[in-house]
Amino acid sequence: MATLELSVSEDVIVASVQRTRRLGPLFWTATGWMIFVFAVAILAPVLPLPSPTDMDMLERRAPVSALHWLGTDGLGRDELSRLVYGARISLTVGLFAPVIGITIGGALGLLAGYFRGRFETLVVGSMDTLLAFPPLILALAVTAYLGQSIFNLTCILGVLGIPAFMRVARASTLTLARREFVIAAQALGASHARILLRELLPNVALPLVAFFLLGVAVTIVVEGALSFLGLGVPPPISSWGSMIGEGRESLEIAPQLAFIPAIAMFLTVLSFNLVGDTLRALTDPRQGAL
Amino acid sequence: MTGAPLLSVEDVAVDLPTPRGNLRAVDGVDLTVGAGRTLGIVGESGCGKTMLSRAILQLLPRKAKLSGRVRFDGQDLVRLAPEALRKLRARSLAVVFQDPMTSLNPVLTIGTQLIETLQEHLELDQAAAKRRSIELLAAVGIPAPEARLMQYPHQLSGGMRQRVAIAIALSCEPKLLIADEPTTALDVTIQAQILDLLAREQRRRHMAMIIITHDLGVVAGRTDEVAVMYAGRVVERAPTHALFKRMHMPYTEALLAAIPKIDAAPHTRLPAISGRPPDPTRPLKGCSFSPRCRYVARRCHAEKPLLAKAESSDHEFACFNPIHVEAGVSA
Amino acid sequence: MFAFIARRLLYLLPVLIAVSLLTFLIASLLPGDLAYVILGDQATPEKVEALRQDMGLDQPVWWRYLGWLGHVLQGDFGRSFRTGQTVLQAVAERLPVSFELMLLAEIAALAIGIPLAIACAVKSGTAFDRFMTGSAFGMLSVPTFLSAILLIYLFAVQLHWLPATGYVPFSEDPIGNLRCFVLPALTLALGEWPVLMRVLRSDMIATLQEDFIAMARAKGLKPSRILLVHALKPSSLTLVTVTGINIGRLIGGTVIVEQIFALPGIGRLLVGAITTRDLIILQGVVLVVAFGYVLMNFIVDMLYAVLDPRIRHGHA
Repeated sequence: MATLELSVSEDVIVASVQRTRRLGPLFWTATGWMIFVFAVAILAPVLPLPSPTDMDMLERRAPVSALHWLGTDGLGRDELSRLVYGARISLTVGLFAPVIGITIGGALGLLAGYFRGRFETLVVGSMDTLLAFPPLILALAVTAYLGQSIFNLTCILGVLGIPAFMRVARASTLTLARREFVIAAQALGASHARILLRELLPNVALPLVAFFLLGVAVTIVVEGALSFLGLGVPPPISSWGSMIGEGRESLEIAPQLAFIPAIAMFLTVLSFNLVGDTLRALTDPRQGAL
Repeated sequence: MTGAPLLSVEDVAVDLPTPRGNLRAVDGVDLTVGAGRTLGIVGESGCGKTMLSRAILQLLPRKAKLSGRVRFDGQDLVRLAPEALRKLRARSLAVVFQDPMTSLNPVLTIGTQLIETLQEHLELDQAAAKRRSIELLAAVGIPAPEARLMQYPHQLSGGMRQRVAIAIALSCEPKLLIADEPTTALDVTIQAQILDLLAREQRRRHMAMIIITHDLGVVAGRTDEVAVMYAGRVVERAPTHALFKRMHMPYTEALLAAIPKIDAAPHTRLPAISGRPPDPTRPLKGCSFSPRCRYVARRCHAEKPLLAKAESSDHEFACFNPIHVEAGVSA
Repeated sequence: MFAFIARRLLYLLPVLIAVSLLTFLIASLLPGDLAYVILGDQATPEKVEALRQDMGLDQPVWWRYLGWLGHVLQGDFGRSFRTGQTVLQAVAERLPVSFELMLLAEIAALAIGIPLAIACAVKSGTAFDRFMTGSAFGMLSVPTFLSAILLIYLFAVQLHWLPATGYVPFSEDPIGNLRCFVLPALTLALGEWPVLMRVLRSDMIATLQEDFIAMARAKGLKPSRILLVHALKPSSLTLVTVTGINIGRLIGGTVIVEQIFALPGIGRLLVGAITTRDLIILQGVVLVVAFGYVLMNFIVDMLYAVLDPRIRHGHA
């Protein structure tokens, strides 16, 4: 309050309490789940699971049993095994697409924020134009023309992520480029490349990594939505999205077929969001945390 | 003064929990204000005077703890039900804040902010409220009042804004007006105008008024009584002319000396009070002013002085080593 | 005021041109295919070549772009070679459906988000506030199609209260029409309310600490008036911006919901055009959608100036 001489800044107190609370049990549970899902997906071929493609027409939509821990789907395939192999697909797209975004977008943002001028205007302008398109429609259009495949899907989702990463990198660079350590390096006669790689990049990398995790969450959702409609990963490959799409048919008789992959997807997306959001709050240079 | 005072503050204390410990902003204050009388509360930044005013108005921040009694017009405001307290506001108890740029809502017109108060408490219809608003704006010296109703605070100058705030405060004919540093945020040239406006309205309406300020010069000639605060306590209290004629507290003397005098020789150094106010989360065992006092003695560090009466019953001070100087400054 | 609007409109022009160019380029990725697609089974090299010349597909890209743009500016977006409908006809048919969906979804999101935001701001720091903020965060991790499935399961499959799919025009049966939109709008709203709620809550908490709120309390105004008039108005700026951006985003985001609930909107038209390789429709619809998005941002800018008079007068 302006007129209060002894104003006790409540915001400062709340913020510092929140910062320590953020790395609490919720954060670590989320990290644990992320690692767990990742590990299970990688180790899938080694795990004692029945094949996800073996159909058992006599045991269709079977409930939980000793043989099938999560039951079977509409074609008699083991649900747990499908869930695990579905994770592989969802995580593959989910992790590789943002990699495209962070490398290209991050580089563009770093350069734009550092060199400024017409280069920056060009980069920002083209990103804005790309952003003027609803991303889902763009993804649909491109996969329709280039064909449905995991590779194409990953590429287009990656490209769609470039503007966002560019913005984050540019914002961080703009803030950091004015700080003393950069000016000092310039005064010492360091080359542009040196400043970019050794001074700016390590500091810009932190918020970018936080954003990367958020990007993974978004990509899993978008890929899931496309696959749900049958327009994402090409059948017979299934990701979680495709499983949910198939499960939709049996919603009345066997709702678990849709909800099991749905819960898996929700927990995974939530975990990435939580960890990414926490890291972002901790590493945002604008908050002076560094 | 006949009868009970309009406002009676009894042993009021305000505690604020902070991460560094408990902050005692107001440390046992007793004050009275009679109907139609003016009280000036003077002190440095951080002495607790604003917290005291918030305590009287029952507008303390959520985390603050208030103890003591605030008796207004026969009722204890601390224990009053929220709805009854709300009805009391504006009609009996009004306030003018320090900075009119932040105390007026920037996205509502001047007219709205005046009219809503009138409609809430006086139950006037729209047209009557509008007329009364124009009257009020004219009374506080704002030219072209009708046009002002449609304007926003940022379209007026600082002095005009404060006049509007005063108009709002006076709109429901309150019995007591609290002006918290009413001129600190304004240009020096406007300050006297605003203070004169307040004094004039106070006399006309026979309204009680409390002026809170850090500047002793503001209260001279404009108040009936002055209370000097330091580190959350009242350290000297007296009728205004008596205070200026004969001060007892070294702190009061230092405050007076810090006012620039027009007849002083050019480039005279302004005797600022050395040191800083104490940290309210770490109260001293002895007198709070002792680290900065010119006349400090051994006893001052060991014990806290209490308010004691001087030669007349309405002049009190809290000091073990008071000064006995006739200040020779006419109020 | 008019200078302000004019300046903004001028900035719009280069963006719109860039958008049209990009749309055209995307749709023309593989011009050869178009002729094949149209001819289908009857494609022979001679026929393909003839059709290409006929449609002007052998001209350089920039020539075709200018030709197309010229047509567009005259209002001729082309004609679907599948259905024979002009693009404008198809769009005009479907657009109202999508609009109705977007509008109802945003209204629902605001109806959920605004009261929650106010309640949380007033009770900030309490268990209720923490729970609500946590739920908002969790809700953001639930994809649209997941909410859709959940709602369908609850309300259509289990409770049989609402239809799972289908559409009835408003002119035919207003109640039936609205019933068809309840689940789809709610699905979208569930994804939108967290952002709106968080933004408003955060702004309100900041506003409630301002001096003019203390002043409003000191004036003895009713608590409801203080909240809804004094606190809400200055806090709504970010909310309006976000709502506008959301509606803009929704323009493309209704695709999934329209597919799931079988609503004949723009999104469904688009998916259909993609699966049938109807290039003309694809181009036209993407252009309309992108334009709409840019326009939405423009309107949001204008609303901003209305809400905060300081911006209008160039003060803030």
